[in-house]
Amino acid sequence: MTRIDAVRRLAAGVPDPELPALTIEDLGILRDVRAEATGGIVVDITPTYSGCPAMEAIRQDVERAVRDGGFDDVSVRVVMSPAWTTDWVSEAGRQKLREYGIAPPRGPVADVQLLQLAIVCPLCGSARTSEVTHFGSTQCQAVRRCSECGETFPHFKEH
Amino acid sequence: MTTVATDVAAVSTLRMADDCLVLSHRLAQWSSRAPSLEDDVALTNIALDELGQARALYVRTAELDGTGRSEDDYAFLRDEREFVNCQLVEQENGDFATTIVRQLLFTTYQHAQWRALVGSPDEQVAAIAAKAIKEATYHRHHAVDWTLRLGDGTEESHRRMETALAALWPFTAELFEVDDLTADLVATGVAADPAVLRGEWEPFVEGVLHEATLTRPEVTWAPSGGRRGLHTECFGYMLTEMQHLHRSHPGVSW
Repeated sequence: MTRIDAVRRLAAGVPDPELPALTIEDLGILRDVRAEATGGIVVDITPTYSGCPAMEAIRQDVERAVRDGGFDDVSVRVVMSPAWTTDWVSEAGRQKLREYGIAPPRGPVADVQLLQLAIVCPLCGSARTSEVTHFGSTQCQAVRRCSECGETFPHFKEH
Repeated sequence: MTTVATDVAAVSTLRMADDCLVLSHRLAQWSSRAPSLEDDVALTNIALDELGQARALYVRTAELDGTGRSEDDYAFLRDEREFVNCQLVEQENGDFATTIVRQLLFTTYQHAQWRALVGSPDEQVAAIAAKAIKEATYHRHHAVDWTLRLGDGTEESHRRMETALAALWPFTAELFEVDDLTADLVATGVAADPAVLRGEWEPFVEGVLHEATLTRPEVTWAPSGGRRGLHTECFGYMLTEMQHLHRSHPGVSW
C-alpha cells in the first residue's frame, strides 16, 4: 500500500462527530488525499454547510487519526469548492443512515426536484410522511412525521 | 475586463461579511425564546449558516485587504463605526412577526446577491456563493412560509405583520444604494449590481406580500449610512453583548 493509500484509509475511517454511525467518507466530507511536491501529504475535507460546527472537530480527528497511524507530515485543509452535495453520500452511507433511523437523501438532487419522490419512514417503511420542520437537530437534517406509525424522524435533506 | 485594487474588493466582502455576522447574532438571540421548539431550531440553524458565511468572507477579506486579521479580529475587536453592514440586519428582533419580515426582506436580497456572485471573477467569492446559495434558498423559503401564515392568518397576526413591514421597509432602500465604490466593483463583477438585485428582489417580495394579503407600505423616508459605518442606536447595544466576552478576556479560546 502506498503512503497516500494508507493515509486515505486512516482518514476515511474517521467517524462524523454528529452522526458517529457514519464516517466522513460515507458522507462525502473527505474529498481528496494527495502528495505535495515537498513530500507532505494533504487531506482535503469540505463542510456540509457553511457554518457546520463539526468542521473543526473533524479536522482535529483526521489529524489525530493519521498521526496515530504513524504519519507526521500530513496537513488537513478545509476546502469550500466545489460545494458539498448529498449526491456525494455513498450507498453505504445511505444504508447506515437508514439503519440509524434517518431517512437518507432520496437520490440525485436533480432527480428529487424533478420526480417529487416520496420520503419513506425509516421506522415502518411507509411513504405517507410529511415535513414538521425543514430545520432539524443539525443543519443537514429536516424533521418529518409518519402518518402510518405516528413517529417523527429526521430526514437527511437533499442539498 | 479591468481589475479593481484588492483593498477596494475587500470592502465589498467586508460589507457582506458584516451583514451575515450581524444577522447571525440577531437570530441567535432567539435561542430558547422562539414561539415553538421547531422555530427555535430553525432560527438558530439559519444563524449558524449566516455565521459560516461570515467566517468564510472574513477570511477572504483578510487576504484582500492584506492586514492578516483573524476572523475574531473582525468580529470582536472592531468598534461600531468600523462595521459596514446594512442597517436592516441590525434592527432588533421585536416580536416574531418583525423577525420574519426582516428575514423576508433580507434573505430575498441575500439570495439574489449570492446568485449573482456565483459567477464572480474572484474564485473564492464564487465558491462561497455557490455554497451559500443553497442555504439562502432554505432561509428564504422559511421566511416566505411564515409570511404567508402570519399575513393571511388571524387578525392579530396580520396586524403585527403590517406593523413590522411599516417599521422595516424604509431600511430596504439602503440594500440597493449605489456609491462610488459599488460602481467600480460592479463594473468588474466583484460585487453584484444593485439594479439587478432590485430587479429580482422587488417582484419576489411584492408577490409574497400580495399572496399573504399584506400591502407594501408607503415609504416616506429612507435611512442610510450602514455601509459608511453609521448605525442605528440598537446596534451599539448588540455589539456590546456580542463582543463582551472576547474583550473581557483577550485571546480567550474554547
